[in-house]
Amino acid sequence: MIAALIIVFREVFEAGLIIGIVLAVTRTVPHRNGWIAGGVLAGVLAACLVAVFAGALSNLFAGMGQEVFNAAILALAVVMLTWHNVWMARHGKELAGELRAAGQAVVTGEKSLLALAIVVGVAVLREGSEVVLFLYGVLATGSDTTWGVALGGFAGLVLGALVCWLTYVGLLRIPPRALFTTTTVLIALLAAGMAAQATAFLERANWLTALDSVVWDSSWLLSDSSLLGKALHTLIGYTDQPTAMQLTVYLAILAVTFVLMRLYGAPAKTATPAPAE
Amino acid sequence: MSFSRPLSKLTLFAAIALVSAAGAASAQSATEIQLSYKDKKFDPAEISAPANTPIVIKLKNLDAKAMEFESKTLKVEKVVAGSTDATINVRAQKPGRYEFFDEYNEKVARGALVVK
Repeated sequence: MIAALIIVFREVFEAGLIIGIVLAVTRTVPHRNGWIAGGVLAGVLAACLVAVFAGALSNLFAGMGQEVFNAAILALAVVMLTWHNVWMARHGKELAGELRAAGQAVVTGEKSLLALAIVVGVAVLREGSEVVLFLYGVLATGSDTTWGVALGGFAGLVLGALVCWLTYVGLLRIPPRALFTTTTVLIALLAAGMAAQATAFLERANWLTALDSVVWDSSWLLSDSSLLGKALHTLIGYTDQPTAMQLTVYLAILAVTFVLMRLYGAPAKTATPAPAE
Repeated sequence: MSFSRPLSKLTLFAAIALVSAAGAASAQSATEIQLSYKDKKFDPAEISAPANTPIVIKLKNLDAKAMEFESKTLKVEKVVAGSTDATINVRAQKPGRYEFFDEYNEKVARGALVVK
């Protein structure tokens, strides 16, 4: 039972952190609960699909289907997170201000919610398929430990939800003024970290072989499989043995986010008509 | 991916490195290791490979259930569906003993790769 709890918790931990951040980011956006719940639900359904077709997925791209698939969905999440930050640089003030209730803000707000719902879906999907496969394997065996495992799995899920809630409540303790900057930085780091993870998957698939030397090994200091290491891995992309390519991609994403936010961020205080996208 | 478009110097550097690394990679052939998994046991439980060359592990999951091949030190993690084969690429390693396990049965289903 404890083993099942640990396995499930380890998988949902990352998704819990990400959902907590997304909840804090969207705290002022109307209808956000429905969008995020939709993202979670879509993620769970997709995770079941991926679990069912795990074998077929693996066989794609000369046995590297899983790696390429993970890299692709991570890249999708990176694009969505970056787009959200750039969008918020332009519309964030309107959304937080009096125009919050205005029709325009609601419509564009939902556009940003879609991006974040996709991020949530991807987070659930990535770890969820492993949970589904694990639990299915146990349930299919039908041994007498089944109930214990189911209970452990459920407890792991509850703990994951607790991580999500703590992240959310923790972020909301930050004063509203500082919160916007904090979540912007958090999302940029989250995106850069995911891009570095996607890079690692492409390296494992041998699709990326450039700059593949390990730059440092800090596993003696903080292993990225420890709980703190794993949290930092999700939040800022910490890896104890990063390759030069991972670092390059990480910094490039931060640079691109910064440049795009500068270029597209609205200096005007009033609602400027948004250009066509 | 055009992540680094504004960083043209970096892109150029990466492109040069890509070409040179591609040359190096083809010169350095990978060590292929066969491994099978059944009833929470790896066979053989210990495998070995030479240092500083890439390693390819061909894993046969003979169980009907899915397993997840994982090694924290080798930085690999791969779900292997029931009764299927998987290819796991491991980058060139320094000499040492690297443990791996089935994440779904971490306590019992363990093995090690010895790099010499």
